[in-house]
Amino acid sequence: MIQPAKPDLITVNIDGKEIAVPKGTNIIEAARRVGVDVPHYCYHSKLSVVGNCRMCLVEMGMPAVDPATKAPVIDPASGKQRINWGPRPAIACATSASPGLHIRTTTPIVKECREGVMEFLLINHPLDCPICDQAGECKLQEQSIGYGRGYSRYIEDKNVKPKRTVLGPRVMLDDERCILCSRCIRFSKEIAKDDVLGFTDRGSYSTLTCFPGRKLENNYSLNTVDICPVGALTSTDFRFKMRVWFLKQTNSIDTESSVGANTVVWSREGVVYRITPRENDAVNDTWMADSGRALYKRIREGGRLESIRALGSETTLDAAVEAAARLMAAGGVAVVGSGRSTVEEQFLSRKLAEAARAKAWLVSRVGEGDKILVSADRNPNVRGALVTGLISALPSARLDALAGEIDSGAVKTVVSVGEDLSAAGLTAEQLRKVSIVYLGTHSNPTSAAAKVVIATLTEFEKHGTFINQQFRIQRFAKAVPGVAGATDDLQALSRLVAAAGGPALGADVGSLWPAISSEVPALGTMSYASLPDTGLLVDGTPWAGLPFIEGPTLHFQPAQKEAAHV
Amino acid sequence: MMNLRPETLRKIDEVVTHYPVKRSAALPILHLVQEDQGLVSNEAVEWIAARLELQPINVYELVTFYPMFRQKPIGRRHIKVCRTLSCAIMGGYRTCSEFQRQFGTGLGEVSSDGEVTVEFVECLASCGTAPVVMIDDALHEKVDVAKARELSEKIKAEAKSAAGTR
Amino acid sequence: MPAPEQFRLVFKHIDEAGYTNDLACYLRNGGYEVLRKSVLRKPEELVDEVKKSGLRGRGGAGFPCGVKWTLLDRKSGKPIYLIVNADESEPGTFKDRYIIHNDPHQLIEGIMITCFANKVERAYIYIRGEFPEGARILEKAIAEARAANFVGPNILGSGYGCEIYVHRGAGAYICGEETGLIESLEGKRPYPRIKPPYFPAVLGLYQCPTIVNNVETLCHVKHIAERGGEAFSKIGTPNNTGTRILCVSGHVQRPGYYEFEVGKITMGQLLNEVCGGPLPGRKFKAVIPGGSSAKVLRFGERYKGKRKVGAEMIDYDWALEDLPMDFDSLQMIGSMGGSGGVIVMDDSVSMVEALANINAFYSHESCGQCTPCREGSLWMKKITGRMVHGDARPEDGALLKSVADQIAGRTICAFGEACAWPTQSFIAKFGDEFKAYPEAKKAPRADGVPELV
Repeated sequence: MIQPAKPDLITVNIDGKEIAVPKGTNIIEAARRVGVDVPHYCYHSKLSVVGNCRMCLVEMGMPAVDPATKAPVIDPASGKQRINWGPRPAIACATSASPGLHIRTTTPIVKECREGVMEFLLINHPLDCPICDQAGECKLQEQSIGYGRGYSRYIEDKNVKPKRTVLGPRVMLDDERCILCSRCIRFSKEIAKDDVLGFTDRGSYSTLTCFPGRKLENNYSLNTVDICPVGALTSTDFRFKMRVWFLKQTNSIDTESSVGANTVVWSREGVVYRITPRENDAVNDTWMADSGRALYKRIREGGRLESIRALGSETTLDAAVEAAARLMAAGGVAVVGSGRSTVEEQFLSRKLAEAARAKAWLVSRVGEGDKILVSADRNPNVRGALVTGLISALPSARLDALAGEIDSGAVKTVVSVGEDLSAAGLTAEQLRKVSIVYLGTHSNPTSAAAKVVIATLTEFEKHGTFINQQFRIQRFAKAVPGVAGATDDLQALSRLVAAAGGPALGADVGSLWPAISSEVPALGTMSYASLPDTGLLVDGTPWAGLPFIEGPTLHFQPAQKEAAHV
Repeated sequence: MMNLRPETLRKIDEVVTHYPVKRSAALPILHLVQEDQGLVSNEAVEWIAARLELQPINVYELVTFYPMFRQKPIGRRHIKVCRTLSCAIMGGYRTCSEFQRQFGTGLGEVSSDGEVTVEFVECLASCGTAPVVMIDDALHEKVDVAKARELSEKIKAEAKSAAGTR
Repeated sequence: MPAPEQFRLVFKHIDEAGYTNDLACYLRNGGYEVLRKSVLRKPEELVDEVKKSGLRGRGGAGFPCGVKWTLLDRKSGKPIYLIVNADESEPGTFKDRYIIHNDPHQLIEGIMITCFANKVERAYIYIRGEFPEGARILEKAIAEARAANFVGPNILGSGYGCEIYVHRGAGAYICGEETGLIESLEGKRPYPRIKPPYFPAVLGLYQCPTIVNNVETLCHVKHIAERGGEAFSKIGTPNNTGTRILCVSGHVQRPGYYEFEVGKITMGQLLNEVCGGPLPGRKFKAVIPGGSSAKVLRFGERYKGKRKVGAEMIDYDWALEDLPMDFDSLQMIGSMGGSGGVIVMDDSVSMVEALANINAFYSHESCGQCTPCREGSLWMKKITGRMVHGDARPEDGALLKSVADQIAGRTICAFGEACAWPTQSFIAKFGDEFKAYPEAKKAPRADGVPELV
């Protein structure tokens, strides 16, 4: 897509290794690029710099030049330009790359600084590791092993602060563990735009708190738990449930809205325990909304469909497909696809509509955009439906036209891929009038009225891709096995396509994609296997003129509207 | 609700004009409110925050940081004895104990008759006349145990006559 | 050699019988004449005079005032602010108090000259909360000055305007740190800022270029404008020009404030002659020469080496009493001139207890923003507190030093040094006493020796 302009590159020297980085790059980032770890707590690449933990102290120096002539001063011993090292260490997080900057991180003074800071952080820190959720992903643990002295000389009483404070509905605070890095306060103010956290008292008695009566309850509160380097802030939902080293991490996408925030699904032995954000600097930085994290509960809750039923009784996939085929053969078919289906499922839905000579519909879901990571479009993949050609115009919330065609008898069978028709405005009578083939995960009036029901999979139980509001195609992976009795959506759809007289198509992402990339122009140059973890921008110009409903979010600006002619 | 005196409200409105950024008025307003009400309640914190278009936590952070602001009431008279080095080596601790003994009160408490709160505070910047004590807004110098006794008697006498006229 | 006479420049009228803090009295004594002349000069000229004068800050750091003014970013287009640091909180210091209460107009005149020289249109006097009377006096004085057009939109008809506002603190020593002060003035918790990038001269109050100057320093500006920078630089000693007010407290016969030419009086002359020597029956033991943050000096120690006098390197071999009370000499022998607060301790004082008192002060005043100072200051307080009130161990002195060494140089602001230096210097100079303390404390306490913690 659009190539960024080549940034100014300058050279800095870190522990003897030279690296060229864009001007202004933070030294901690520059060091990371040459494999040098500069330990830190308060620094976060997406938040303002405060420099209060003092863990990132390193030695800094600049090349020596003669003040009068500006000629380099050469060290006779080494033959190289002498470096004037600063008299005292400086914090790396507050330093940006400037030409000729030299950094040393392995000298005795730096080692002493780190041991000193570690010792200080631990003297009032409670030995909660055995009961603390942060164990295994705790920066204090990691950095005390890596950079601490290994023993304590502290024999005084520790400061006592409140434990188990309910900071908000989803966040629990254990004040003694807090190292006062202020990441949570900065996040709440700068990113969530909800300035609700602060420090009271002073000195070592400083305590994180909300104003009495207020709570940390905005829809981004759990990000503070992610960025808290210790176990002071913990997720109430996850508290005491599982040790993190037992959990498998799977890349996924938040399906709450068209933002498509990147996530990690943490599971063990087929059970999901939590969802956290995954860094994607082009989509969601390192954040996601709390409401998106709760979506994994849908795997077990809300009335999961767990079987294949045809004409009243439980049956096999073959029998159900055959029953569906018989219904479709009678003609007057409509296919209601979904903005929550994957690109692959939408492709097959279109194939099904073509084979059954059916019109294809989609249902929109609209909410209020919060300008951060929840957009107004609460379907994750409307653009997938456009790109695959399933639809050519933006959907509406109600299927009034379809209802009309049902009433008139033009439509006799509706295949719904995960959409509850009654929520889209169809009456109970209309549901009774048509024959319904329903593929979906949860029971609803449509599945109850359907003649054929095939239980399918949530996004946590299958592979696929979504195209977000930026027209970025992003893939997600299967985190846990599907619930017993559910069928893979691509399996079911490809069987239906064939049964409706359509072509034989692959029943999994790998075998289906060659057909997708050959038939969908916008995806023509891509292959599933080569999609990067941070996604790939698709050329959205064919749909640029459509009136998309989203307003701005963290990394999305709506296209300029033409001069208003309301 | 907040019953600030009209004079206080007038002063608050005036002091806000001293600064190009409203938030700067937080400290002066906290002083004015505390002078008016005797302490800064959580209700006052919310009122001040609203007045300055801030969040309550922003003002709450200040109230708890600065020792001069209090959220609990104190006695009618406020005795602050300096505890820092120059006053300590000249007997400041004994001065403080004497005040506490005279009124039968612990540090930071309100004496049982409601008259006095004794606080042990940091350097009051009059080290040359140590030991130094502030009673309300007035500075008292060279307050040894004897003078502490004297000052306590005076406070008790003033309390009696004030009670008489009340 | 006998002690010189005091040179009452800034403190000329403090203690003067009949001198009152109102405008009329100040005018009778030639007040605001210097301002009158100054607003007719070019501002750059006045900055130049201050540079030539060699005036060093009197608040504690001793940074050259003219250099500080030169560092101001005058090209940003943003308003330039002056903040008067009247937060006098360094233990042992009590000079600004008298200027504010007894001669406020001298300060105001110094402020206005400074503002004119630096094209400042708004100045704030940040006065510590524990000077409520002082705040009232200043507000009254400013009102008087405004009525006479020495302050306000059109000063003395010059077309130049500047307002002064009084802003009261509320009991935090860290508000004396220039960036902590700025944060406090902005209405936030007074957490000092990281430098770089937040140098007040560039990104100060409201992210605008700002000068922060001490009360006494600004009074000197008036005298520099009056006499000329060159003449001022002849007062005092080279690189340590002008006068300074020394505040002597503790175990001397005559504690109090004394104004001398910088460097022209020695420690011995000051304590033995001017202040009358130790209390009856006692001997001097230790002295902190520049406010409690300065490193302690032990009576009986000597200082030897070479120092630069003019263009030459000259030997020096001093007893503590020979030490000239100027910034450079005090720094050279391992302490500092600081705020001029001289705290004297005699042989009745236990250095362990004295340190415990000081450590309690710093741990109480630490703002808590950065790790080493926040945790380290409290740890040191707990150690010395335990030594005095609980179990003292012979190795506690070494532990204290080790903790202090982990703080100094690692913090956001100079409070790290301020809380570490007392511990480091007490252990360095009186380490024997710390080692002997576990045994020594078992002996019954001598009569009349007050507790310190």
